[in-house]
Amino acid sequence: MDLDYAPAPESAAIGRIADRYLPFIDGEFVEGNGADLESLNPATGQPLTTVSTVSTEDIDVAVASARRAQTRVWSPMSGPERGKYLFRIARLIAERSRELAVVETLDNGKPIKETRDFDVPTAAQHFFHHAGWADKLQHLGLGPDPQPLGVAGQVIPWNFPLLMAAWKIAPALAAGNTVVIKPAETTSVSILVLAEILAEADLPPGVVNIVPGAGDIGAALVSHDGLDKVAFTGSTQVGKSIQSALAGTGRHLTLELGGKGANVVFDDAAVDQAIEGIVNGIFFNQGQVCCAGSRLLVQESIADEFVARLKDRVETLRVGDPMDKNTDVGAINSQTQYARIGSLVDAGREEGAQVWTTSCPLPEQGWFIPPTILEGASPTMRIAREEIFGPVLTVMTFRTPDEALAKANNTPYGLSAGVWTDKGSKAMAMASKLHAGVVWDNTFNRFDPTAPFGGYRESGFGREGGRTGMAAYLEPDEEA
Amino acid sequence: MARTPVRKTYKLYLGGAFPRSESGRTYAVTDASGAFMANAACASRKDLRDAVVAAGKARVGWAGATPYNRGQVLYRIAEMVEARRAEFIDLIKRESGAGAREAGAETDQVVDRLVHYAGWTDKLASVMGHANAVSGPYFCYSAPEPTGVVGVLAPESLLGLVSCVAPVLAGGNTCVVVTPQACSTITFAEALATSDVPGGVVNLLTGDLAELSPHLAAHRDVNALDLTGADPELRTELGRSAAETVKRVYIPRHEPDFTAAPGMARLRAFLEVKTVWHPTGAVSLAGNGGY
Repeated sequence: MDLDYAPAPESAAIGRIADRYLPFIDGEFVEGNGADLESLNPATGQPLTTVSTVSTEDIDVAVASARRAQTRVWSPMSGPERGKYLFRIARLIAERSRELAVVETLDNGKPIKETRDFDVPTAAQHFFHHAGWADKLQHLGLGPDPQPLGVAGQVIPWNFPLLMAAWKIAPALAAGNTVVIKPAETTSVSILVLAEILAEADLPPGVVNIVPGAGDIGAALVSHDGLDKVAFTGSTQVGKSIQSALAGTGRHLTLELGGKGANVVFDDAAVDQAIEGIVNGIFFNQGQVCCAGSRLLVQESIADEFVARLKDRVETLRVGDPMDKNTDVGAINSQTQYARIGSLVDAGREEGAQVWTTSCPLPEQGWFIPPTILEGASPTMRIAREEIFGPVLTVMTFRTPDEALAKANNTPYGLSAGVWTDKGSKAMAMASKLHAGVVWDNTFNRFDPTAPFGGYRESGFGREGGRTGMAAYLEPDEEA
Repeated sequence: MARTPVRKTYKLYLGGAFPRSESGRTYAVTDASGAFMANAACASRKDLRDAVVAAGKARVGWAGATPYNRGQVLYRIAEMVEARRAEFIDLIKRESGAGAREAGAETDQVVDRLVHYAGWTDKLASVMGHANAVSGPYFCYSAPEPTGVVGVLAPESLLGLVSCVAPVLAGGNTCVVVTPQACSTITFAEALATSDVPGGVVNLLTGDLAELSPHLAAHRDVNALDLTGADPELRTELGRSAAETVKRVYIPRHEPDFTAAPGMARLRAFLEVKTVWHPTGAVSLAGNGGY
C-alpha cells in the first residue's frame, strides 16, 4: 500500500510572474542599458522571465539619485516619519506575502513551505523591527545624535533573495541612509516585486534603487566613488576583493561572507532533537546557507548509532517540486552551483570519504541533488575545509570537548556553530569558546531581526540585526 | 670626580622578556635636537613572527581572565607609570623637545588614560551586549568578545601609543605593537613587565614601520590592525594586504587628538559580537492552570 503524500502544489499563477522586469531607479521602473538576462526556474531549468540589467552608466544615475534623495529628503526627514514608511513596507510585504512566496520559490528553487513560512514573513518582520529604530537612534549607544553614513551600495546573494534585501535595506533606511542595491544575477525577481511595494508605499524616489546585473555590475557598484558605505553578503573570495578595493578610500564596509559551521553533538544530547537540528542545519534551503551546519562533529561513543538514525531521518525527506507544499528539499539555485556541489562531493570521494545519499527519487529535470552525507572525513579534506553550499553534510568524530572545540575552530571561517548537550554548563562553556558570530545551543538556523548576525575571522565583519546591526549604518557622535 | 652614569640598553619587549633583536641590528635613537640618546634594537621580520606567536599563545589566558582581573592589571600599569613619572617626563622632554609642564601633562594623561580603560573591562558586556527579544521560545543574547591578536602601528607619542594599546587590552585582546619611538616605549614596557600583565599580552617592537608592517598586515594569525601610526599611503597598502585574511582594520576617521576624552570607537574596533541562542522549551512552572 502506498502511503506517500499526494501532490499538493501551490498555484504558480499566484506569483503573477511578468514577462519582463525592469531596474528600479529614482522611483521609476526604467529600461537598463545592460544586456537582458533570462531568469530560469531551477526546478525545471526552463526560462521563467526576462530581467533588464543595468550598465555602469545606469549605476552612476542610481547613485546620483540616491545622493539627492539622501541629502534633500530622507536624511532631513524626521525619524518618526522615516519609520512610518518602513512600517508601511512591512505591512505591504505581509499583504502580498503569498504572491512573494510563490515568486521566490519559482525564481530561487527553494521549497514553498520555506518561502511561505520563513523568507517572506521574516522579511516583513525585518522592516517592522527596523521601522521602530528610525526615531530611536539616540538610544543605540552611539551618542545623542548619530548620523547616517550617506549612500550605501549593497550587493546581496541568491540564497535568500528577498530576505537579504530586507536585511540590507531596512537598517540602512531606518538610519537615514539611501540605497543602491544589486540582487544576484539568478534571483532578481522578488526584489523587483519589492520595488513595486516600495512604490506602493510612496517611498520617495531615489531612497532605494535596484540595479540588476551580473558580477561586473556588482564590482562597479561597490567600487563607485559616490558611495559612503558598502555592504556585501556573498562569498569570502569576493568579500576579500571588495575589502582590498576599498582600502584607503575611507568608505565604511561590512562583509557577511562564507562559513563552514560545525554542529557538535555530545553523547548526552537529546538524540531525536539533535537529529532534527542537524537535518535543519544542513538541508534547510538545500544547504545553500552561509551559516549552514555543514560539519557534523559527533562524539565517538555515540557516532555509529547517531549517524544511522540520522540517515533514517534523512531518508524521509521529500526532495522534489519546490512548489509542492510537502517538499522538504527543493532545487539547487543554478547549474553553476549544481556543478560545484557535485565536484566537491567527487573530491570528497576521491580523498577517501564514504558518500551516502538518500534514495528519494529526483525529478527528471531541474537541478536537484539528494541529501548527501560524507562519512570518514578528516579535517584536512576539502569537504571538511571548503564551503560546499549544498545539501552535503561532512561527518567527523571527537572524543573530548577540547577536541571538539579544536576541530570546530579549525577553519578560517567563524560564522555559526551548534552545540547539542543536555548539560547546561557544557553548552554555555562551548558557546563561549567557539569562534563563531552565532552559536545555537540545542537548536540551529534560528534568525530574528532583533538578534545580531555576522561572522568572526574570514566570515566577515559587522553585524546585521538588532542594536548592534544598526551601528553598521551610523556614524557615532565624536565622543561616543 | 663625577660619577659615570650607567646607561640603559633599550631592547625589544617580546613574550614578557626583553631580548635583543635576533638579527643583531640596532638603530641610533636621537633626541629632539638630533643628539644621540641610545642604540635601540631594530626588530626584524623574525622578531615580528615570534611576537605574533607570543601574542597568540597569550590570547586564551588574557581573554579568559575575568574582566575584574583585567581591570586590576590595567590599573596596575597606571600605578607603575605614575611611580616612574619623573623618568617618563624626562624621556618625553628629550624625545619630543617638550617643556617640563607639557611633558608632565602628557605623563599624567597616560596614567589617566590607563585608569579610564581599567574601568571599562567589566562594563563592555553590559554596554555593548544585549538581550534579544526574539519571536520564539528562545533565550537569546549578544555579547562582545575580543577579536584576538591585534597589530598596532603606534603613533610617535607615548600618550598616542598608550591610547592605542589600552583599549585593545581592555577588550581582552593581545597585541604586537610596532613603533620607531624606542626610549619611552621600552620604558613603558618596563612598567608593563612589573604590572602583572602576562607575558605575550603586549609585545613592543622598535624598528622600521615600513619594513615590519607589511608582514604584520599579511600574517594569518593577526586578526586585526590599528593603523593609527601609519601614513595614508602605507594605510592603503596595508589595508589591501589585510583583506587577504579579512582582518578588521581600524583607521581613525580624523587625525586623533589624544588629549581629548576617548570615545568607544577603539574599543568597538577590536570586539566581535557573538549571539547565542538557547531554547527555553515549554515547561509550565505554574502547572496547567496558569497563574
